[in-house]
Amino acid sequence: MVMLESYLSLAVQSIFVENILLAYFLGMCSFLAVSKKVETAMGLGLAVIFVLTITSPVNWALNEFLLKDGAMAWAGLPDLNLSFLGLVAFIAVIAAMVQIVEMALDKFSPTLYNQLGIFLPLIAVNCSILGASLFLVQREYGPVESLVFGFSSGVGWALAIVAMAAIRYKLRYAHIPAGLRGLGITMLVTGLMSIAFMAFSGIKLTD
Amino acid sequence: MSAPAVDPATAPAPKAPPKPWFGKKERRAVIDPFLDNNPITVQVLGICSALAVTVAVKQALVMAIAVTVVVCGSNVVISMLRNYIPPSIRIIVQLSIIASLVILVDQFLQAFLYDISKSLSVFVGLIITNCIVMGRAEAYAMANPPWPSFLDGLGNGIGYGVILVLVAIGREVLGAGKFFGFPVVPEIAYELGYQNMGLMVLAPGAFILLGLLIWAQRTWTGYTEE
Repeated sequence: MVMLESYLSLAVQSIFVENILLAYFLGMCSFLAVSKKVETAMGLGLAVIFVLTITSPVNWALNEFLLKDGAMAWAGLPDLNLSFLGLVAFIAVIAAMVQIVEMALDKFSPTLYNQLGIFLPLIAVNCSILGASLFLVQREYGPVESLVFGFSSGVGWALAIVAMAAIRYKLRYAHIPAGLRGLGITMLVTGLMSIAFMAFSGIKLTD
Repeated sequence: MSAPAVDPATAPAPKAPPKPWFGKKERRAVIDPFLDNNPITVQVLGICSALAVTVAVKQALVMAIAVTVVVCGSNVVISMLRNYIPPSIRIIVQLSIIASLVILVDQFLQAFLYDISKSLSVFVGLIITNCIVMGRAEAYAMANPPWPSFLDGLGNGIGYGVILVLVAIGREVLGAGKFFGFPVVPEIAYELGYQNMGLMVLAPGAFILLGLLIWAQRTWTGYTEE
């Protein structure tokens, strides 16, 4: 039961308190580019949740059994430290996963596939995916924790982008100074959203 | 008497003026990304790291240099290989070239600037997914020879660095009352009731400062969306 609580706490923390987008600025490029329509934002959000949920545990296993200092002990190579290869290995896993998601979407939901268009391959270079993998190595999460962390980071990112898309829809009818239109106002609104999310920082389920 | 027939494809171009090493085109490749085509404020690339590493000027400067090195290096390498990379797998080829360069930079920072490398944490690794590097490789290096690509990388790296340092100056001065680690707000101001803006050190400060900076830059150059 205690375990479950700590996982729940981790989930709440990564969705709200340390939202991967609003507190760590990861995944800003696609956030800014795709948050014009709620439907598209929702689609990309789901794709990101999916990719993050898969890549986080896979990259955890990769790091644990192949790359970490002394991780190759099972193969009789206890002195080997391949952690400098981490970046290349992680990005390869991510790129492969994105390719799979792309093929699956093309088969099962061509409408969504067409809507996401160019942005689907761009998930591969979405910082939030690689960032989550690097964070879970840095924070020494376990296998289940990585899964929970990956999934809830994705949920947090999706939440932020859908909220942003809804706000931008309203902004379309606002009078905004010429230079501020588009990127500028989006940044300011994101700042306000980030302040709002900081209000969650008191929440903690376990001590 | 007619000149011997030459295959136009193999013949050297007649009387092409020797190409200057640093002509108008090259100068534009470097200067453009500063203002008119700034990677952050106009092309909207590489925002993630622009925000995360700007708590202090020193970090921002190191990050700017690291990104400049990577984008120059990847532009040169990709442009040299551009005729050999099959289009269908170009993304993965570009990614592996970029990742190797980033690993070099990361290991270098860990060896010589350990403290800064620690405080930049995962964001050095995230240069791989920095859209500037990918974007320039895809948009420029795949279609141009190495030398202009190098200059394009240099220009974009510096254009990125300028914004990074500007945001960092704003955040460090307003948020901590320091510049490059040295206090700049006089003691007397604190005694009179001045307080540092804690908000600037946190995430929202970065968003708001960058938003204002984009506004200022776009008003200056007259660039508008939609």
